Amino acid sequence: MAAIAVFLISEAIPALRANQANFFTELTWNPNSEKSFGIAALAFGTVLSSALALLIATPIAVGVALFISHYAPRRLAAPLGYLVDLLAAVPSVVYGLWGVTFLVPLLRTPSQWLNETFGWFPLFGGEGIIGGKTMIAGAVVLAIMILPIIAAIAREVFLQAPRMNEEAALALGATRWEMIRMAVLPFGRPGIVSAAMLGLGRAMGETIAVALIFPATFDITIQILTPHANSIAANIANGFGEANDIGRGALIASGLVLFVITLLVNMAARMVINRRKEHARAGA
Amino acid sequence: MTTIQHISTSRRIKDRVVQGLVYLAFLLAVVPLVSVLWLVISNGLGRFDLEFLTHSMNGIGARDAGGGAYHAIIGTLEQVLLAGVISVPIGLLTAIYLVEYGNKGRLSRAISFFVDVMTGIPSVVAGLFVFAFWILFLGLDFSGWAGALALSILMMPTVVRSAEEMLRLVPNDLREASYALGVAKWRTIVKVVLPTAFTGIITGVMLAVARVAGETAPLLMTVFFTNSINTDPFSGPQMGLPLFVFDQAARPNDTAVDRAWTGALTLILIVMLLNLVARLIARWRSPARGR
Amino acid sequence: MSKQIQVSGLDAYYGSHKAIEDVSMTIEPRSITAFIGPSGCGKSTFLRTLNRMHEVIPGARVDGKVLLDGEDLYAPTVEPVSVRRMIGMVFQRPNPFPTMSIYENVAAGLRLNGRVSKSTMDGIVEESLKGANLWNEVKDRLNKPGAGLSGGQQQRLCIARAIAVRPQVLLMDEPCSALDPISTLAIEDLMAKLKDEFTIVIVTHNMQQAARVSDRTAFFNLAAQGKPGKVIEMDETSRMFTNPSQKATEDYITGRFG
Repeated sequence: MAAIAVFLISEAIPALRANQANFFTELTWNPNSEKSFGIAALAFGTVLSSALALLIATPIAVGVALFISHYAPRRLAAPLGYLVDLLAAVPSVVYGLWGVTFLVPLLRTPSQWLNETFGWFPLFGGEGIIGGKTMIAGAVVLAIMILPIIAAIAREVFLQAPRMNEEAALALGATRWEMIRMAVLPFGRPGIVSAAMLGLGRAMGETIAVALIFPATFDITIQILTPHANSIAANIANGFGEANDIGRGALIASGLVLFVITLLVNMAARMVINRRKEHARAGA
Repeated sequence: MTTIQHISTSRRIKDRVVQGLVYLAFLLAVVPLVSVLWLVISNGLGRFDLEFLTHSMNGIGARDAGGGAYHAIIGTLEQVLLAGVISVPIGLLTAIYLVEYGNKGRLSRAISFFVDVMTGIPSVVAGLFVFAFWILFLGLDFSGWAGALALSILMMPTVVRSAEEMLRLVPNDLREASYALGVAKWRTIVKVVLPTAFTGIITGVMLAVARVAGETAPLLMTVFFTNSINTDPFSGPQMGLPLFVFDQAARPNDTAVDRAWTGALTLILIVMLLNLVARLIARWRSPARGR
Repeated sequence: MSKQIQVSGLDAYYGSHKAIEDVSMTIEPRSITAFIGPSGCGKSTFLRTLNRMHEVIPGARVDGKVLLDGEDLYAPTVEPVSVRRMIGMVFQRPNPFPTMSIYENVAAGLRLNGRVSKSTMDGIVEESLKGANLWNEVKDRLNKPGAGLSGGQQQRLCIARAIAVRPQVLLMDEPCSALDPISTLAIEDLMAKLKDEFTIVIVTHNMQQAARVSDRTAFFNLAAQGKPGKVIEMDETSRMFTNPSQKATEDYITGRFG
């Protein structure tokens, strides 16, 4: 881990020295010709796309986890769970391909409708071209990709909810949903939080799928229905082939930023999980 | 005589609505899977022919039809194999340390924590690291070996975790029986513990391999691109199947996109095959687990 | 607030395994009925069929009739949820909701049935905790987590939670088996008090306990391992423990097996 940081830093320094602009506030990325680049737009895109993906994926993943742990017929639960796990086995480049050829055209009409109807709402606003290779298309693909991880962890946590508390709730005359709200969800809440954070880390680092979908623009906008989107990881994948020495150093510097962000997110998530584990052990 | 009252309608409706939402969530999760698989199969079958599997892209122009992914398939298999050769021994030794020697001490807890955190390293960062270290710092060439290094960084935590889990499943009685016979600890591990956990570990390794076989980003900056066959992973740029898909998909013409779909189909077949084999091994000789 | 239960021809299954066979009995209101018998004879299973908790286990099902003051609990129009609302249950191990405070634990069942004003709720919580002989011990820390109490207090908290919804019947599945003797005594005293208001059914492994607290006792046994459990004998507790009519009952009570 330390080695990763050390080598990334040492190879990033020359490029950062040569940088004419402020690395943290500059929007554009022209390290090859103008020796001027900044992480601001890319970091913004990374955070926005991941946050959107998380917003979409978490409720569905919790639903999927509940379905498998408490709703599906017992005999079907395991194979259906395996089906969801299969979502994780599809390589990300395939999701990218699917996103570009299938999802992007599919989202065009609803995007235009949202823009016309709720255009006053900043997220759905924007003039000119609506739909296409948008932030929302990338976020949906990211959501699909992180859904299995969140669902798998949430499922484990829900299955660990103490049987005797579930029975206590049922014996009080609770319906299935009331039982879940009384005995399962409160118990699983920290688990869901950390699962979502792991998903967030995964979404931020996801590269190829969004590299194929995002149109590689360098601006900051929250109009997620317009074709303006990019992320650190996508920029590395798209820019690497044509980069010269300074360009590669600049990409390495951006990779370092990504590394630090995901590291923090993951460490926080793991700490929540570990604390819970010890808690459970002490309680047993 | 209606002493048993019915529950209120609002409670019943709420229960039903939630049930509906939960079922809907599951459907929403499965729809993309079906859609992805359907598109990959229907679009990929068109070019899934002998030429695709046995020819490279050497001398095939951007607009030409034909060509294949032979070079990429060879590359992927070699890179993944090498990644396994690197990460399995290290991962296994780490797992053995954690289970057999660690005793929940400070060091083992730190290792365990970092293994967990390593799972979250973005694959593109792993690629950049190998690029920075291997190619920029050591001044070596792009090669399949460099790609394998990057993949092994991604494989390692999965191998450690699954091996650790399997080793913990080995009953302590077995170890104690061996100690009671006066067998040294390392011999107990080699002769008793590892064979017992063997199939489980193989399963874990296969799943880890399946996971990295689909990785594209780290290859991009370590093996680079090539259109010709390079069977030597230690010298010169190679190709990888995911990279092939990415490369072809980014091109504007239909023949290239067709090749991308077929590449995706081949890739999914390889990954699913590995997954299937892993699950079969797990079922075939799993230690009795009450699942 | 107290009702009679009549069971006739009841069989209970786990999948294809028949756990109890052809049980018929009458459980009188305002009394304590004890079920005794060796492990695995189906007495807990039978108890759980009385409030339709048995069917919560996947694959489990029930044949036969259970009448609560003449109304069949297994009639097709009856929902298990409303049955359980009327027939409360206390489990083997104390199981307060770990994330809730003492107050919330007692209020949990009531909150299910719609809004209750704060003052009414306070009143019911206090009354239920007093009913469970716990009020004096916890009145100063109602907002502390229920899991912080001792095992015996937790079990009384669970009893308070069960009686807070004003059930007709209270089923207790070995409520003292996880408790020390002093806590056990406290629960037994409580049962004697509660029987003025509720029909109480208790499963116990402890024959002295059955003899101490119950008015009537049913002895369950099974012919052999893997065969379904049956009621061998049911009678007034005093007669059962002095002059049982069946040889098997006598053998069990005198400690010759089980």
